[in-house]
Amino acid sequence: MKNLPLLFCGIFFALAFSFTGLILSSNIQLGSLTQTTETEDENGNPLEGEPLFPMQSVGLAQQGKQVYIEMGCIYCHTQQVRRAGFGADIDRNWGPRQSVARDYIMQDRVLLGTMRTGPDLMHVGGRPLNADWHHLHLYNPQITSKGSNMPPFAFLYETRKIDGEPSADALQFPPNSEYGPEGGYEVVPTRRAEALVEYLLSLKLNYSLPEAQIVE
Amino acid sequence: MSNAPQSNSQSVSPYSSQNAAVRAELSEIDASIRSSAIFFTISAIFWLLAGTVFALIAAYKAHEPSFMGDSALTTFGRMRSAHLNAMALGWGNNIIFAVGLWIMARLCRSPIRHGGVLLIAGAFWNIGLTLGIGGIIAGDITSVEWLEIPHYATPLLAISYALIGVWGIVAFKFRKGEHVYVSQWYILAALFWFPWLYVIAQVMIIWFPARGVVQSVTNWWFAHNVLGLWLTPMALATAYYLIPKVLGRPIYSYYLSVLGFWALAIFYNWAGVHHLIGGPIPVWLISAGIVASVMMVIPVIVVGLNHHMSVVGLHKEVWRSPTLRFVVFGAISYTLVSLIGSAMAVRSVNEITHFTHFTVGHAHHGVYAFFTMIMFGGVYYMMPRLLNREWPSAPLIKLHFWGSAIGITVMVVALQIGGWIQGVEMNNAEIPFLEIVQNTMPWLQARTVSGLFLTVGHIAFAVNFFWMLFAAGAVRAKQGPTLLDSTSKEGAA
Repeated sequence: MKNLPLLFCGIFFALAFSFTGLILSSNIQLGSLTQTTETEDENGNPLEGEPLFPMQSVGLAQQGKQVYIEMGCIYCHTQQVRRAGFGADIDRNWGPRQSVARDYIMQDRVLLGTMRTGPDLMHVGGRPLNADWHHLHLYNPQITSKGSNMPPFAFLYETRKIDGEPSADALQFPPNSEYGPEGGYEVVPTRRAEALVEYLLSLKLNYSLPEAQIVE
Repeated sequence: MSNAPQSNSQSVSPYSSQNAAVRAELSEIDASIRSSAIFFTISAIFWLLAGTVFALIAAYKAHEPSFMGDSALTTFGRMRSAHLNAMALGWGNNIIFAVGLWIMARLCRSPIRHGGVLLIAGAFWNIGLTLGIGGIIAGDITSVEWLEIPHYATPLLAISYALIGVWGIVAFKFRKGEHVYVSQWYILAALFWFPWLYVIAQVMIIWFPARGVVQSVTNWWFAHNVLGLWLTPMALATAYYLIPKVLGRPIYSYYLSVLGFWALAIFYNWAGVHHLIGGPIPVWLISAGIVASVMMVIPVIVVGLNHHMSVVGLHKEVWRSPTLRFVVFGAISYTLVSLIGSAMAVRSVNEITHFTHFTVGHAHHGVYAFFTMIMFGGVYYMMPRLLNREWPSAPLIKLHFWGSAIGITVMVVALQIGGWIQGVEMNNAEIPFLEIVQNTMPWLQARTVSGLFLTVGHIAFAVNFFWMLFAAGAVRAKQGPTLLDSTSKEGAA
C-alpha cells in the first residue's frame, strides 16, 4: 500500500465511527435518564407526591457494595434480568420483570456482570432469604447450598470465645453442623460482613418503571 | 518443490539472506532494538509463568472452592482477575512490545533511535503492572472486566504505553522505501487504537463514571476491542511477516490482504456490544453489535484463505520449523475461533452461551490458541536473530508445542461442551440451580487438567529460553538452525 493518507484516515475513522455510534450516542440517549415515578402523566412527567425510582442506595448497603467489588463477586454473579421468553431469568424468580437502563442510573459503578457460575442477584433482596441465611451462606456456602462451588468467605467472620452471654449476632448453625465452631466459641460477622449482607438485602427489583411494569 | 526443504532451512537461518547489504542492514536494526526486545521478552515470560500460577489456582478453586479459601487474597474473583491482567497486559503487551516493534523496525528498515527510552518505559510498564496486580490481590480490584487494575497504577501504565507506542510510530516515520507491507498497517493501526480505547474506558468508567449502563457499553467496546484491535492485529501482523519469511515465498494475494485489513478495521470495533445481548441497553445498539459480529466472517475468511494459500503445498516445511508450527496453529485457530464467535453473537445461540463457561472457553480459544501461539512462533524466530545463537533444545520446543496444543484444545473443548450444557439447563427453570452447578464439575476438572498441560509447555519454553540466553555453550549458529525434524541432524543435538 502506498496511499498513506488513506491508511491514516482509515485507521482513525474506523474507530471514531464506532466510538461515536456506540459510546457517544448511547451517552446522549441514556445520559439524561432521571428518576421517575412508577407511572407518569400523559406528558411523560413524574406524578407529584409519589416516590421516585430507582432509589439511591445509602449507608451500610453502600459500604457493602464496596465489599462486593473487593471480593470480585461480579465474576460469578450478574445483576441483570433478561425479558420473559429470552432465557429463563424470570421463570427462575430472579426478578419480577426485566431490568432496564433506568434501573442503574443511581449507581457509580454498574455491576451487570457476564457470568452466571452462580445465580443472578438483581433481585436477591426480594427472595425469601433473610440475613441469617446470607451470613451462613457467606461463611461457608456448603452449609446452606450443598455442592455449590462458591468459595467460603469465612475471613469476613470472627470466631471468638463466648464471654458470658452469647452474642445476639452470632451465626446460628444447624444442629451438629460440621462447619460450626467448637463448644464455648461463637462466630460473629465483622462489620464488612454486615455491610455485604445489608447490600445483598437491598438488591430489589420490586418497583415498576413507566417502561418496565411489573405484571402480576 | 523438490528443493523446498533446502530453501526452507536456508530461509530459517538468520544468515541466509543472499544479499550482504540487506544482511548488514538487518543486523544493524536488530542491534538497535536488541536490549529492549530481550527485556520485553524476559518480562513477558515472567508474566506468562505468574499468570499460569494464578490460572491454576483459579481453575482448581472452581471445583474445589475451599482450596486456599482462608484468605481474601486468594479468593476466586481476585485470582482470576490477577490471571487475566498478568496474561493480557503482562504476557500479551510485553511480547507485543518485543515482537511487534522488532517487526516494525525491520519492515521499516530503520534502526530504533534512542532505544534506551524503550527500556525505561518498559521498566515502568512492568513496575506499574506489578503494582496493579498486587493491588488486585490486596483488594483494590475495580470489578470492571478487563480494567481491574486500581486507579493508582493505571496512569503509570498509560504513560509508559504512550512512550512505547510513540516509538513504534516514530520507527514508521523514518522508514525507507515506498512500499508499506501489510504487517505495518496492522501494527501502526493497533499502536494507535489501543491507547484510544484504554484512555476512553478509564475516563468514562473509573475517573468520571458515565451514567448507568453507558459504563457497560463502554466496558465492552473496550474489552472486546483489546482483543480485536490490539491482540488480533498484532498477531496477524506477525503471521503475515513470518509465513513468507520462513517459507521464502510471498503472501498469496495482496488484494486479499487489503480486503482483510479494512474489513477488520471497519467491523471489529462495533462487535463488542454482543456481550450485552439481552441486557438493559437499547436494542439498536445490540443489533448493531450483532451485525458487526456476523460481518467479521468476511475478514476472517479472507485472511484465512490468504494464509492458507501461502502455506499450501509446504506442510512439511511448516511442521519442521518451530516458528511456523506455532504460527500456523495460531492462524488456523483464528479462523475457527472467529467463526464460532460470529455464531455466538446470533441471538438464539447467545441465549444459550451467554453467562456460561462457553464464553470462557471462547476467550481462551482467541487469546491463547490464536494470539499466544503466534507470538510463541514470533519468539522462536526473533531470538536467534537478536542473540546470534540457536535454540539449545529441539525436544524442549516439541514439548512446548505439544503441551500448549493439547492443553488449549482440551480446555476449549471441555469448557464449550460444559458451557453449552450449562446454558441449555439454565434456560430450563425446572432444573434446580445447584444441579446445574454439579453438572459443570467434570468439565471444570478437565480445565484444570488442561492447565497442567499448558504449564508443562510454558516451563519447557522458559527453560529453553533462559538456557539460550545465559548458556554460552548454546552458540550453535554454524550448525544451522534448530528444526523439529527427527530425521534431521540439526534438531537432534
